[in-house]
Amino acid sequence: MGVETSMQANQGMPIPPGADQDLILQQVTGELQDKGFVLANVDKVVNWARTGSLWPMTFGLACCAVEMIHAYMPRYDLDRFGVVPRPSPRQSDVIIVAGTLTNKMAPAFRKVYDQMAEPRYVISMGSCANGGGYYHYSYSVVRGCDRVVPVDVYVPGCPPTAEALIYGVMQLQKKIKRTGTIWR
Amino acid sequence: MDLDIKELGEYISNTISANVDDVAFAQDELTLSVPVASLIKVLSFLRDDANCQFKQLMDVCGIDYPAQEKRFGVVYNLLSLTLNLRVRVKVWTDEDTPVPTATGLFSSANWFEREVWDMYGVYFSEHPDLRRILTDYGFEGHPLRKDFPLTGYVELRYDEEQKRVVYEPVKLTQDFRSFDFLSPWEGPKAVLPGDEKADEIENEDAS
Repeated sequence: MGVETSMQANQGMPIPPGADQDLILQQVTGELQDKGFVLANVDKVVNWARTGSLWPMTFGLACCAVEMIHAYMPRYDLDRFGVVPRPSPRQSDVIIVAGTLTNKMAPAFRKVYDQMAEPRYVISMGSCANGGGYYHYSYSVVRGCDRVVPVDVYVPGCPPTAEALIYGVMQLQKKIKRTGTIWR
Repeated sequence: MDLDIKELGEYISNTISANVDDVAFAQDELTLSVPVASLIKVLSFLRDDANCQFKQLMDVCGIDYPAQEKRFGVVYNLLSLTLNLRVRVKVWTDEDTPVPTATGLFSSANWFEREVWDMYGVYFSEHPDLRRILTDYGFEGHPLRKDFPLTGYVELRYDEEQKRVVYEPVKLTQDFRSFDFLSPWEGPKAVLPGDEKADEIENEDAS
């Protein structure tokens, strides 16, 4: 089938607008009109849906939260990526640990993580969440949030810029595209 | 009658000298040292006297000098909005001697004293709700004491089998090290590692 071969040739990369894209669209439309259905890889469709609407749990713990807010605001506008902050773990796909995770917060953080539906991802943002950072030797700080939850993407910086966080989100999207399956 | 800070110091030492150990005036700030027994008397005088009117307790903080017999200091920072003046009241105590609570005079003292209790372990007698306020639930020790180790005694991780967060004794892969050799507190003669012989070579070249 013409549709499948040209999709394989692109290796899942997005096709820029132009003659190539038009050709594929025409093929798809033609096939739809001809047979009434299209064949595609379900896992690719699922991954496309997952990467296109990564809803993060709002979890700002310290100053990194300010940079996270910058990333949501119009200048950087994470909305473009389908990243919309959610107030409830039940609605979120990813949790951005933005700031210092203290011992007192850790059980609550784990509880929030446990309440998220699968598939769930974790972005660790900033030095403190990555490995304790400035507070590594403190009596009251968890030396890295990966001691409490499994982390998918680490964003370095103190605090990371909004661009860095967006880059982290894009890395997570890449990771989901590469590794995501329907059954985890 | 509006007093400036110096006159106020004299006024206080004249009026309640029996209850105050020392009235110190340094850098335009007034500090009263008070024995534990008369703390409430002094605080209520400062609050209620017409010439003082220190109606706001801005902060209560702790100090720890382990070498002293009475190692803990508790500092009350008062503000008088009517006079636009501030005054500091200090009491000294040890681990066992309780300090009477100021909650009856200033309601803001409630959480401040809980914080001092949490951080230093100074006991406030007749406090309505003396619990820890900042540290973790079930935390042991008082972290701002000088004999409390920086990294504490326990650390925390999630246990996959028990499905909960567990506490374990601290295991550091690398001990805390201070590399700040050029800090003014380390002294101007601080020598960077590897530079021990640098001066000797220079001297040899000169001779």
